Amino acid sequence: MMSLKTQINFKLNGQPVTVTVPVTMNTLTMLRDELDLTGTKYACGEGECGACTIRLDGKTINSCLMYAVDCDGREVVTIEGLKSGETLHPLQQAFVDHGAIQCGFCIPGMIMQADYLVENNPDLDRARIRRGLEGNICRCTGYTKVLDAITSVVESRE
Amino acid sequence: MNKKTIATHIEKTTLIGQRVRKPDAADKSTGKTRYINDLVLPQMLYGKILHAGRPHAQIVSIDTTAAEQLPGVHGVLTGKDVAGLKFGFVRDNVALKETVRCEHDEVAAVAAETEEIASQALGLIKVEYKDLPGVFSPEDGRREDAPLIRGDFPGNKSLHFAFEHGDLTAAEAESDIIVDNVFKVHHVTHCCMGTSCAIADFDNNGKLTIYSQTQYPYNYKMDLAPALGMHPGDIRVIQPPVGGAFGSKLDVYPYEPIAALLAKKTGRPVKVLYTREEEFKSAPTRQPAVIHMRTGCKKDGTLTFRSADVLLDNGAYTSWGPTIPVVMMRTVSGHYRVPVIAYNAQAIYTNNPYAGSFRGYGNVQTTFATAQQIDMLAEQLDMDPIEFRLMNAQKPGERTPQQAFLRECALDKCLTTAADATDFVTRQKEYGLLRNSDSRYKKGIGIASSIHNAGGAKIHKSDGCGTMLKVDDYARATLITGASEIGQGIDTVISLIVAEELGIPVEHVTLMNNDSDLAPWDVGVHASRTTFIAGEGARRAAVKARQQILNAASTFAEISADELDLRDGFVVRDKEGSIVIKLEKLLRQMHFQPEPELVMVTDYYEPNSEPEGADHISNMSAAYSHAVHIAEITVDTWTGEIKVDKITSAQDVGRVISRAGLEGQTEGGIAIGLGYALTEDMQLEDGMLKNPCFRDYKVITAPEMPELDLHFIEDGCAEGPYGAKGAAELPTIVIAPAIANAFYNATGVRILSTPLSPEKVVRALILAQQADVSSSDSMATAAVS
Repeated sequence: MMSLKTQINFKLNGQPVTVTVPVTMNTLTMLRDELDLTGTKYACGEGECGACTIRLDGKTINSCLMYAVDCDGREVVTIEGLKSGETLHPLQQAFVDHGAIQCGFCIPGMIMQADYLVENNPDLDRARIRRGLEGNICRCTGYTKVLDAITSVVESRE
Repeated sequence: MNKKTIATHIEKTTLIGQRVRKPDAADKSTGKTRYINDLVLPQMLYGKILHAGRPHAQIVSIDTTAAEQLPGVHGVLTGKDVAGLKFGFVRDNVALKETVRCEHDEVAAVAAETEEIASQALGLIKVEYKDLPGVFSPEDGRREDAPLIRGDFPGNKSLHFAFEHGDLTAAEAESDIIVDNVFKVHHVTHCCMGTSCAIADFDNNGKLTIYSQTQYPYNYKMDLAPALGMHPGDIRVIQPPVGGAFGSKLDVYPYEPIAALLAKKTGRPVKVLYTREEEFKSAPTRQPAVIHMRTGCKKDGTLTFRSADVLLDNGAYTSWGPTIPVVMMRTVSGHYRVPVIAYNAQAIYTNNPYAGSFRGYGNVQTTFATAQQIDMLAEQLDMDPIEFRLMNAQKPGERTPQQAFLRECALDKCLTTAADATDFVTRQKEYGLLRNSDSRYKKGIGIASSIHNAGGAKIHKSDGCGTMLKVDDYARATLITGASEIGQGIDTVISLIVAEELGIPVEHVTLMNNDSDLAPWDVGVHASRTTFIAGEGARRAAVKARQQILNAASTFAEISADELDLRDGFVVRDKEGSIVIKLEKLLRQMHFQPEPELVMVTDYYEPNSEPEGADHISNMSAAYSHAVHIAEITVDTWTGEIKVDKITSAQDVGRVISRAGLEGQTEGGIAIGLGYALTEDMQLEDGMLKNPCFRDYKVITAPEMPELDLHFIEDGCAEGPYGAKGAAELPTIVIAPAIANAFYNATGVRILSTPLSPEKVVRALILAQQADVSSSDSMATAAVS
């Protein structure tokens, strides 16, 4: 019953890794169960909620929808990879400072998506941030403070 | 925070009402927080549940042989293993069933080495069912010829609640206007981002440790015990961080005893974690209801009576959902000054999913009716809508017919604040005049208000909270409380309060509140009670510790304790702010003196309220509060889409403690209320859920979130900590009727059922057009059905 396994090599949060995974395993499960990176969350398993958002070669993807083997040769960044040393990433700090975190379960995915939006949109404003977050569900905050936090990071880079 | 050290002097500041960072936010932002969903114990097995997938059936036979023989499977359980282990509010539930009464009913459970093996084992269990005719609405369930869902509940009747006050016949006779409508509210569910999870582990003395998402650890032990045939004292509840709760974790659900029973059978820790589909199908819902409401008033605008006949869809089992009439009746009898009340509520067993508690707890449903009828009366009277509300708004010191004592009451201020902020009266008139224009898009503005308990709710014998506080030799404080953190931010509130009293940084306060063996009694996170009750308990404990410290400082410095204060980690002279001694130095001196003392205090706070009681005449909360929402909307009359442009909220919060936390709770509460009003809908066909996924069950996302203008009314409260009142539920309660009233303002059509979905809106508009009436209650009722 165990599915065929294969070895893959990729860059994870800046470091090269080698793992052997079942070919049917998705990236989310590999990150959580094989690599113990539990910051990336399961909340729907079908790409609707954004809780499992990671960066793959710079883009954001729902890691629940991608086979782990497809990470081979690529560059993956998870929420654990954002912090540099002991310093929180500016987005992480902004979410903390603006009270954008309640239960916090959606926040890692939210921050990964925000990171992509901030990095790739020179004209990012509140309306575009809203649009860019439509794939990330939060049940606690009503998004307002999340938007405040991301907007503050955009404004501080200008 | 915000304190300046000027040489040897420290000025007095306060943390109350400040923006304070949530203590767990940094870890949550980095993915470091280990939620219950992330936890793995050594030797842990994975439990999976076989759900019936049919609404009503007898289990003729069940064969688990193949599942048991599958390598990696360590235990299989079925209904015969739990015979007699009934649990639930009226003891009508068992962890594993021999008769199926709803789609998600648990038929068998497996514990295996991996989730994959457990799932495979479920597929090997052979069950033969004999399907039975079902009941899928409370209206059908109470018919004489309805199939009986449970032999022990004749007529499918579950809980019943009634309250009467005054002479209804006389009140009707003296009424000049009576509005009479049937409102229908639907099934929605909590959609916690972290799906349901429990991890159970027995030690070799027979004691169970259960890692749980519960938001009421003490009564949870009591409720879980009968499902396991155990004594509650032999259960330890650990509460790791959770991905939301919103009331859904205020009961025991079958997956929890199943995890424990599998752990007992296998002798290993067992984790049960729902998939999102299971979560949609098996988690509790908000209680659906049919509300027949009548409200009367005189020509001069004085309200005369309100009656409500409520029929609730109990679902297949009785959790907390069917108890919501207790809260509903408080709004029926207390939302504005209504002298005569006739209230009757009956819950009927059906083969639908069953409801639990959900933020707003019945008040969401009732306010949808009361606030629309107040709006209808204002229009029929042709009175200024705010004047009409103000003349009927209760004042401080009044009592409701149920004897809720409104010691402080700021409804009038909430009304005028929200109305002034939006120029409500003028704009309502303007939009009303434009409603018959040819424009595809129509604008509307609507107002709604409600009342909710804001000082706990004494539905148990006790509504109290125990607190323990120690201050160590390094001037670090640890507060141990029974109050749970489920994301709502009680951690911030309590840390802030302790820091305020002890004059130490918020970061120097540690909160311990996740282990029932450690923390003292608390009734749980519900009824908007935690800031009020656990916050007051923390304040009282901190005041005791503060007094002990000041007394010791007084002896040390030979200055009266009354003249001393604690600021920024120092003991100072209160007036001048001049430093007397560093706090941690004093604490060590207290510890190492010839007669040593440690700062360790306890407190038990029981709010000044009365038990709800069977007659429902009591001051059941130590405070009450009101909120007013004004919704501004744009209706696309072609597609039926309602866009909410802005919500203006004015809420009596007594006093703000944790400002960012309160704003966050209000904004999040509004989002859940918006989903209820507009987009969320559990589509049930003969008891089977057709949309168990986020693709088809639409919660509010960032683009739909309107502009918010929040006003907190701070008139204080005699009993709450620093004057604070409970606040977390009202934002969810008031929004749907504000939108429904705005929709009426925009179109002249009433929609009396939730949600105001595009399909329903278009149908209502077409029906109204066909009848060539712009405003008609009969049409509105047609639109509902």
